[in-house]
Amino acid sequence: MAHVKNEITKSKLKTPKEQITDILSDLLKVTAIALPDDVFESLKKMQACEDSELSKELYSCIFDNLDKAEKLKRPLCQDTGVLQFFIKAGVRFPYLALLGDAIKDATQNATSSVPLRHNVVESFDERNTGNNIGTLAPWCEWEIIDGDGLEIDVYLAGGGCTLPGRSKVLMPLEGYEGVVKFVFDTIVEWGVNACPPLVVGVGIGTCATTASILSKKAILRKIGSSNPNPKAADMERRMKIGLDNIGIGPLGLKGKQSVQCVNIEYAAHHPATLGVGVTVGCWATRRGSINIKNDLSYEITSHKNKIN
Amino acid sequence: MSDNIENTRNINDKKILTTPIFPEDIASLHIGDIIYLTGMLVTCRDDGHRRVIESDCMPNFNLSGMSILHAGPIIKATPSGFEMISIGPTTSRRMEMYEAEFIKRTGVKLIIGKGGMGAKTATACKQYKALHCVFPGGCAVSAATEVEEIVGVEWEDFGMPEAFWIMKVKEFGPLIVSIDTHGDNLFERNKAEFNIKKEEALKELLPFVHYSHN
Ligand code: SF4
Repeated sequence: MAHVKNEITKSKLKTPKEQITDILSDLLKVTAIALPDDVFESLKKMQACEDSELSKELYSCIFDNLDKAEKLKRPLCQDTGVLQFFIKAGVRFPYLALLGDAIKDATQNATSSVPLRHNVVESFDERNTGNNIGTLAPWCEWEIIDGDGLEIDVYLAGGGCTLPGRSKVLMPLEGYEGVVKFVFDTIVEWGVNACPPLVVGVGIGTCATTASILSKKAILRKIGSSNPNPKAADMERRMKIGLDNIGIGPLGLKGKQSVQCVNIEYAAHHPATLGVGVTVGCWATRRGSINIKNDLSYEITSHKNKIN
Repeated sequence: MSDNIENTRNINDKKILTTPIFPEDIASLHIGDIIYLTGMLVTCRDDGHRRVIESDCMPNFNLSGMSILHAGPIIKATPSGFEMISIGPTTSRRMEMYEAEFIKRTGVKLIIGKGGMGAKTATACKQYKALHCVFPGGCAVSAATEVEEIVGVEWEDFGMPEAFWIMKVKEFGPLIVSIDTHGDNLFERNKAEFNIKKEEALKELLPFVHYSHN
């Protein structure tokens, strides 16, 4: 008997890697099932501004769906994306070496337990791997920060809202006018397929790469926040007004608004180039944020209204 | 909005199409109308279209008079069969390349997806009397609860999202008619309007974003 008891206690003691895996699986679950607080609030506000019958019907479909997803504990949209993790790793976090594996394990766990859609097709073989793991998938962006904890954002983006994403290097004389035109052209050409109202991330930098990474970081910033640079903040505000005046409406079927926000992130750029990137999020922009401390206590900061 | 759909049931003001769909069932529908579907619906997206057209291969299910959904669902295998967890439409425009030919070869009458489709599909809808409708994108749990049963699956070798899932649905919708049998195209029409408004918006905005060192 004593032996059996021992076994049970032992199995309850999870290794740090298993604990981190569980924590991240939890994060994936809540992120797939419910919208982050800021996106939910922003949709509520947008719903109140629309008055056509069709727009009202579409918003009621959206909220009805969110309700059902939470009640039935199912992914609110079937397209749970190829998982992307954005990790700010404290230099003194004790389990850094385990983190990459824990992320893979959590992805695999959540794929079967939530469940998430099988969304990873191995390149060249063109076969679905069936577990959301593949070469460099899930995708991880690492940043080293001071401290002994972790800050992780996970982003679940479906194909529809991923398709509009693009970046381009402009000549500097095309100016910020060129940046704005590039974003507006992209949104009008592709936005209707990306399940509006959209979250628009704009990146400005030297090359296609920096601009596109920054545009993704812009998506991760909360709706309602502004860039600390007043010029960039002004451009964000004006671009939102301009895009709203186009009247793309919920699901691209016309309305009074088009976007939930325009967020701009930038880096200084080369004098001979002006890189611009745009990343688009759908009404169902699913990002989950978590802080994990060095003792593996944690807080999911994106879904405070949903966790009870 | 049309008020008279022959051969469709009209319950609580809902216009409900049932499969098999005949040309006369959908002749009086117009872009912007809202309908629902009861009957058989099968998922078919990129790989399915490619196999039908490029490999000239038909699934073991007759699509004539039937409806397809551009969608890749999340499905759970259970001891008693398959359970639909989450299913919402995918971007229809990806199938534009093959849809006209697909309509011609299969005789499919209703295509459901999200976002619009192009001129080729609109022409085929007119010629072969078919409809393209959109289901509100992302509303995948609501859609799953309108699936009564997964009757079968074909082409499972494609993997879960791309397989050809054969479903029985009840009052599946709302479906907004985006291309009708007259060839009218709601999204193309909207897009023309959006492009005009885009130019107006840019005209207003551009003078305020001229950042330079001078
Ligand atoms: S664009 Fe977003 S809401 Fe629409 S289907 Fe894709 S993931 Fe879902």
